[in-house]
Amino acid sequence: MVEVTDVVCSLCGCVCDDIVVEVENNEIVKVKRGACSVGKSKLLGHERIKSPAIRENGELRECSYDEAIKKAAEILYKSRRPLLYGWSSTVCEADKVGVELTEDLGAVMDNTASVCHGPSVLAINDVGLPSCTLGEVKNRADLVIYWGANPSQAHANHMKRYSYVSKGYWTAEGKKGKKMVVVDVRKTMTTKMADVFVQIKQGYDYPVFSALRAILRGHEDVVPDEVGGVPKEQLLEVANMVKESKFMMTFFGMGVTHTGARHNNIVNAIQFTRAAHLHTKANIMPLRGHYNVAGINQVCTWETGFPFAIDMSRGYAWYNPGEQSATDLLYRADCDAAMIIASDPGAHFPGESLKHLAKIPVIQIDPYANPTTEFADVVIPAAVSGIEAEGNVYRMDNIPIRLRKILDTDYLPDEEILERILTEIRAMREKEGE
Amino acid sequence: MEGMNVRLISGRTAVQGQNLDSKLTEKYFVEVARCDMNGNDMEKLGVAKDDTVKVTTAYGAVIVKAKQDDGNPEGMVFIPMGPWCNAVISGDTHGAGMPSFKGVDARVEKTAEAILPVKELMRTYMG
Repeated sequence: MVEVTDVVCSLCGCVCDDIVVEVENNEIVKVKRGACSVGKSKLLGHERIKSPAIRENGELRECSYDEAIKKAAEILYKSRRPLLYGWSSTVCEADKVGVELTEDLGAVMDNTASVCHGPSVLAINDVGLPSCTLGEVKNRADLVIYWGANPSQAHANHMKRYSYVSKGYWTAEGKKGKKMVVVDVRKTMTTKMADVFVQIKQGYDYPVFSALRAILRGHEDVVPDEVGGVPKEQLLEVANMVKESKFMMTFFGMGVTHTGARHNNIVNAIQFTRAAHLHTKANIMPLRGHYNVAGINQVCTWETGFPFAIDMSRGYAWYNPGEQSATDLLYRADCDAAMIIASDPGAHFPGESLKHLAKIPVIQIDPYANPTTEFADVVIPAAVSGIEAEGNVYRMDNIPIRLRKILDTDYLPDEEILERILTEIRAMREKEGE
Repeated sequence: MEGMNVRLISGRTAVQGQNLDSKLTEKYFVEVARCDMNGNDMEKLGVAKDDTVKVTTAYGAVIVKAKQDDGNPEGMVFIPMGPWCNAVISGDTHGAGMPSFKGVDARVEKTAEAILPVKELMRTYMG
């Protein structure tokens, strides 16, 4: 039995890096501390895809890595407009090869931000983001707002490590010296912990942000008695809490990005933060889902200039989310092959978009079988990043953290699989050119 | 009463997250193929815990198991994010790139139909 400390969790955007596990016979047998229930479940492992496989007559036939990689390369090489989607549950080193593959193929590359915080990225493109690190939140924030988010379920360590419950340099008393406001459409475990729960009508985030902006800017007279189901008295109470705080931090989730005005909601959330600057220090941050969705946005941005939904078919990067986002591309039947890596559109895309995924050749690179496997013509199992493979990822506050390798494996890491596919494609092109 | 009009939202749950890498298991199926609704709405629909309900939108229909959660306001139902909820979500993002996963007009009614296991649900897209 070996105790391994400072294990980094490769599940959600919190990227907790103080986990302690026990390893025996090349297996994690116990998670001693540091991980939440979701992270613990990942560390203890699940049933794996046993072998590379190619679909023949409707059934997956097991094969070698060489055969599966060659078949994947053939599909991509023959495709006129391939979609390369996923990238958020793997490391930046693999993502970088993904950009190279996209450029080589003239493909469309999109990542899971597209169905997660894509609208937040668009809003940040528009108006910027007054933000900070989670360390600053821990050490300074005395008012924490969670808006359209349920971290008790989705980011279970977030409050404890970084926000409401954590103890920092200027927040030594922990939650005793802090206030928490939760804005949501329903009561959740998170809303039960709040000092103030603001229950808004579904889809009314935008006007509620506007009302708070108006109050913070000294125009409370224009705010009606009720906005989006919230009484004016409660809006004044929240605005007062903002004014009296020393450092306000807003975290927002899918309740804002998945709803109605989408990126416009986030623009207004950011403008609400700016209005708070008239009175106090204030920052805002999206609660990123996958452990490296922030990282793929970083890699895409420094490699192509754009964070997601990048079309390389013109020979240069073209960015028009809503046209080249993966769900749109599939919905319009505007791609003729797909490579899905480190994500699961089978589970997380609208059914209407999956109808096209069912019609085209699909390559899946993932450690685990999932609904996407049902569509896959080539399945390539990968090592689990953060357990069997190391590499860099970006936490939700864009702090890079290096994932550690804990266990040995015969599975190939994503980076190597992608490099081998790219090498095969280049060899095919060279052969054809002869 | 045959059914009622509701607003549908989706989102994460802890058990859904614990089974992100084991979506073909019974545990994931039980957690995600379900619809949380206010007890008063269940009463109006004549639905008891673990009864199956049919959720229909302009984009499709899906069968899930009813579960009481009075944290949901009346007239709003919650299905954990995943294949069953997405069966009734539009692929059209109206040029924004993001589908409407929340705030979808839906109709809920009691049904005797069975819930499709995940692999069978995926097969319905294969036409």
